Amino acid sequence: MSGVLVVLEPRPGSDPAALSRISLEALAGGLHLAQQLSLPCIAALAGSGSAVQLQSPGFAPLRAAQLEQIYAIEHPLLAHYTADGHTLALEQLIRKLCPEYVVFPHTYQVRDYAPALAVSLGQPLVSDVIAIRIEDGSPIFVRQLFQGRLNADYRVTHPGSAPIFLSIQAGAFRAESLENSNGPATAASIVSFIPQLTEAQIRTRPAAPFRESARTVDLASAPLIVSVGRGIGEQQNLALVESLAAALGAELAASRPICDLGWLPMERQVGSSGQTVAPRLYLAVGISGAIQHLVGMKGAKTVVAINRDPAAPIFEVADYAVVGDLFEVVPELIKAIHATKGE
Amino acid sequence: MKIVVTLKQVPERDALLSISPGADWIDESALSFTTSEPDAYALEEALRLRDSQPGSELVALTAGPERSASVLRDALARGADRAIHVLTSSTHDPLSTAHLLAAAIRVESPGLVLTGLQSDDLGLGQTGVILAHLLGVPHSTLALHVEPVPTGIRVKRELEDGWFQHVEMPLPALATIQSGGNQLRYATLMGIKKARNKELRTIDAASLGAPAPPAAVELTRIFPPDKQKHTRTLAGSSAEIAAQLTGILRNEVHVL
Repeated sequence: MSGVLVVLEPRPGSDPAALSRISLEALAGGLHLAQQLSLPCIAALAGSGSAVQLQSPGFAPLRAAQLEQIYAIEHPLLAHYTADGHTLALEQLIRKLCPEYVVFPHTYQVRDYAPALAVSLGQPLVSDVIAIRIEDGSPIFVRQLFQGRLNADYRVTHPGSAPIFLSIQAGAFRAESLENSNGPATAASIVSFIPQLTEAQIRTRPAAPFRESARTVDLASAPLIVSVGRGIGEQQNLALVESLAAALGAELAASRPICDLGWLPMERQVGSSGQTVAPRLYLAVGISGAIQHLVGMKGAKTVVAINRDPAAPIFEVADYAVVGDLFEVVPELIKAIHATKGE
Repeated sequence: MKIVVTLKQVPERDALLSISPGADWIDESALSFTTSEPDAYALEEALRLRDSQPGSELVALTAGPERSASVLRDALARGADRAIHVLTSSTHDPLSTAHLLAAAIRVESPGLVLTGLQSDDLGLGQTGVILAHLLGVPHSTLALHVEPVPTGIRVKRELEDGWFQHVEMPLPALATIQSGGNQLRYATLMGIKKARNKELRTIDAASLGAPAPPAAVELTRIFPPDKQKHTRTLAGSSAEIAAQLTGILRNEVHVL
């Protein structure tokens, strides 16, 4: 069998289990690729009870998608994620199915095992794909370089018998059409696949996920956010953006480097490892806009960015751009906001 | 315990990047270079582990062109005990880079290998995981801290959305390090002085056996990103920009 195999994940911590949004987007990407290349599309989900999961309401969009088949990779040793378990189980399914492409959502879990899986089949992984184009019947995978400041095309230049692996970044494909389909329109059959795994093959011992402390800041529901990045330069300069946030009545947030440095608590971090936000206004001050940050704030209704680097990727998603020195613009802005409010 | 930390040299973060005439990479002629940030955190974690385990040794390793020796000199100045430079011009394919690193590491047979989780230039996030696979050792990614335990090591991994997880692995093992676990130390004057007497060995990539086969997928073109939104750029003096922006926030965004 040839085709496009999409490997999906449940949303972490979902109970009852449901397909993650980024998995649905990867599925949309896989279906797009399959359609463009006139290939069948197959999906797979690994776990200890994935056949039962696949029948549950949280997986309805998958059952309604235009799929040839859905594989439930099942084994008691897959109950908790390990890189060894997933690599071995998927390698066996891929050797059986011989797909031409294997598509993953670009999650932390995929980043942990997919490079090893691809190399165990002698192949590279095109990770963090943001778009797929077809030229002369061949796919071109687009990904970002230099923290989003440049893009690059990746082409298949040495096709072999093994599949091409790719992981798809959050937001690269739209999941709405899949989410909104209700019926079991195509009703692809769910097939159980039992990989051969032994306890001795699993070398790592994972413990249960935990959170450091209860969150005290809920950025996800904040209507206005002022967010600060590396451009602020020094910890003592944070007072400036704190005044701006206070003037607007906004929550203060930050990109990863500011929290890495310990200048603001981790709970104020926006991005793939922090919170995902969707405010009416996102005012980014001195943030360059690496993809890990953009995925956390792309849902903002209006984005205003202040940065001195005109090539900063934050400007690609900004509605209003101020290319300039934040230390000159922000104090004037605070004054103007107070004047407008009549304070 | 012997620890190997792998480092990659990348352009400085705020460097102005221009696309090379062939559009297959950037023009590197006028750039200054530094250690990729996650690798700097991997070095910091490795230094702390080395210092907490008496009798340990820390070896810094890079694969890259001649100029990349500077990341090793910096690592030696920050406290690494010795360094190995695999001299190669090709560093764009993680599999071939991992092949070279694995060949250099096998001779050392360390208890632990630390890498950054991804590089600041290509950002593929694969070299460490592939390296573990080639070395035949267990791995864990996105680690903030690594601590020795009786059965091997325990790493604190970062998960999405503010979650963490502990994972235990027997040694030898590999962990890829996420940024932010520690505060980075700077090289002291004394450290820089001492580094001059430390061993920095250069190995030619060709002496490490057959290279990895060419990758099935290759980077073929670099280009500036497309705009995802229609962006209005505000111009003028800072006061004029502030006035325009306040007007927009009141009349168009309706948040004032």
